[in-house]
Amino acid sequence: MARFGMVIDTTRCVGCMDCVVACKTENQVPEGLCRDWITTEARGRFPDVRLEIRSERCNHCDHPPCVTCCPTGASHVEPFGNTVKVTPELCIGCKACLASCPYDARYIHPQGYADKCTFCLHRVKEGLDPACVAVCPTFCMHFGDFDDPQSEVSRLIASRRGHALLPEAGTGPRIVFLT
Amino acid sequence: MHEVTVTRLNHLVDPHLHVWAWQIPVYLFLGGLVAGMMAISGWFLFSDRHRRAESVSFLLPALSLVLLSLGMLALFLDLEHKPFFWRLYTTLKPLSPMSWGAWILVAVYPALLGAMALRLPAWLRGRWPALDGFAGRLAAQPRAVRAIAAANMVLGGLLGIYTGILLSALGARPLWNSALLGPLFLASGLSSAAALVHLLARDRSESEFLARADNRFLQAELVILALLLIGLLSSTAVHARAAALLLGGPFTAVFWVGVVGLGILIPLVIQSLAVAHRIRHTAVAPLLVLAGGMLLRFVIVNAGQVSRWGPV
Repeated sequence: MARFGMVIDTTRCVGCMDCVVACKTENQVPEGLCRDWITTEARGRFPDVRLEIRSERCNHCDHPPCVTCCPTGASHVEPFGNTVKVTPELCIGCKACLASCPYDARYIHPQGYADKCTFCLHRVKEGLDPACVAVCPTFCMHFGDFDDPQSEVSRLIASRRGHALLPEAGTGPRIVFLT
Repeated sequence: MHEVTVTRLNHLVDPHLHVWAWQIPVYLFLGGLVAGMMAISGWFLFSDRHRRAESVSFLLPALSLVLLSLGMLALFLDLEHKPFFWRLYTTLKPLSPMSWGAWILVAVYPALLGAMALRLPAWLRGRWPALDGFAGRLAAQPRAVRAIAAANMVLGGLLGIYTGILLSALGARPLWNSALLGPLFLASGLSSAAALVHLLARDRSESEFLARADNRFLQAELVILALLLIGLLSSTAVHARAAALLLGGPFTAVFWVGVVGLGILIPLVIQSLAVAHRIRHTAVAPLLVLAGGMLLRFVIVNAGQVSRWGPV
């Protein structure tokens, strides 16, 4: 069974936010909310300064705490690509999943249910990339199956240096940032 | 230099998590209070106090019923997708404390009604002869009384611990990452309940007994609070940073002055003098304990939401 994930090359990302706009348009994300966002992290002391620009979103974790804490099963692991999804008709809006996510990747949709990135599974099922990946003008984003050693994402992880976000939180995040 | 800029500004999430406002702390306080009252009521039933006309044990189940319902109303008000709340009861998720907590709440009601039936409140007596007869037969059976007492004590304990586990299961908020939150909220619930029942008791021996018990619960609460902070400080940098919210950070004053000082230490001193018959029993200490119990939930819920794994 596939295990979808993303590899994002931070040496190519310029933080243009095309991915954010594409996601909002594709998924009709309500005004004032976003499923993906840009984080800019600067470290060091001049002149030895390092800047990393990251396009971030739900990490579709291997051990998703949002799924474990959900009292109704609304947050669940979708067999297609082992991705984390929310069923709005099951969600009571208790917000435990928002509190359980170390990446703060979720929000409450104005209609009351918890919402977040879906890896655009509706597009992936049609053989397309997620909207954010498809529009990236620097081609820094890659989507694919982490369990397939021949996939582009697996080869990038094997050949390049990279890191996930907060691996120490123990959630098994499936977005790798190449550095 | 380490500077992090995030373009996200999602409601309830940024600049730091604030998904739970007053409703959840109030619910956790009322849940803990009812848990403590169930434990005390069960203990009184085991000690045969229900045979005494003056005993406060008859008041406890009815009052618990009202307070728990108010707590559940607060919980309901917090839900963002209210029309779907019944989905809680279409499944049982053993790994979700919120799920089994919802089922505990359902089990608590019959236990409270059972305790109420042992001696019906005055306003219910004489209305339905069948109900009066049932209550009389129930109270006359020692085995039934013991079963109801045990159910109240066990469910009270579970309810009290669950209110803490509810938070500690949310690993993304380091301040809550301690199994001690369960015992802490249970001790605080027992202490608040002892304080409330102490206020309401007309029987002097019960009042004195509850003041003594409250002192023990307050001492236990102090020890657990200390262990909680030591546990966080001796853990990772992330957890030490979370503890720092109460040790020099923005929640320091309200925690040390409000929760520890006014909510635990001062009532402990007052009640210790009162049970030693140096001063008279007044409503001051129990009221401080109750306010401290409520404040503890607000501080833990709010500071926990500020604590995080990522950069501050």
